[in-house]
Amino acid sequence: MANNNIGPKRLVVGAHYGLRDWLAQRVTAVVMALYTVILLVSFLSGSNFSYEGWAGLFARQWFKIATFVTLLSLFYHAWIGVRDIWMDYVTKSVGLRLAFQVATILWLVGCAGWAAQIIWRV
Amino acid sequence: MSEAINKKRRQFGVMSFTQVMHYRLPLAGVVSILHRVSGALMFFLLPFILYLLDKSLTSEISFEYFRGFTSNWFVKLVILALSWAYLHHFCAGIRHLFMDLHMGLDKNSGRKTSVAVFAVSLPLAALVGLKLFGVF
Repeated sequence: MANNNIGPKRLVVGAHYGLRDWLAQRVTAVVMALYTVILLVSFLSGSNFSYEGWAGLFARQWFKIATFVTLLSLFYHAWIGVRDIWMDYVTKSVGLRLAFQVATILWLVGCAGWAAQIIWRV
Repeated sequence: MSEAINKKRRQFGVMSFTQVMHYRLPLAGVVSILHRVSGALMFFLLPFILYLLDKSLTSEISFEYFRGFTSNWFVKLVILALSWAYLHHFCAGIRHLFMDLHMGLDKNSGRKTSVAVFAVSLPLAALVGLKLFGVF
């Protein structure tokens, strides 16, 4: 058992490949759904639709962290979804698919950096 | 294991666009492909969404700029498209989560829940559109 699953003997087919990503996509979806409810309820119940009302929501540290965690969930969720799109449609060239996947990761990491800057500037 | 890797398999490509046009999708299939389309739309417009969040939050001056920017009809149209995408993705996603729990997997309930997805997402998107274009 010790040496039979590495190198050329690595098992590349079978069950459980992708289970982690599948589960992560569901968990991040639930996180985003909960955040959506929290955001809508706190914004609409505040009934202050001016700049103070909107920015006031994001002024609290717990709300910043909740927002950031949700956005990170979104980026992980989007990575899995967009990766699936490339896997389904870009089938002719492995190199092209890799290029799209790398571009997707760079795009999302860039967005994550920008999101952090926006949230902690308020 | 090496037999499994070396075995020659028939290669199936992706359907061509003309084939897709001749393929009559059931309603659950329409929900499914729109789930993908709406997800891709939101992915590609992420910088636009972050730009709006940035302008709306940074300062009162940027907030005024945000209000001016979003009063443009084309920007409103993009926001409406994104709102629809979010609502559809949200509703179809909840449908997905229930199906992951082995609920509503047969053909009939699949169709019924697809109707429910549209029945919730489309009126809400219409409501957002009416609000955006100042009907109420």
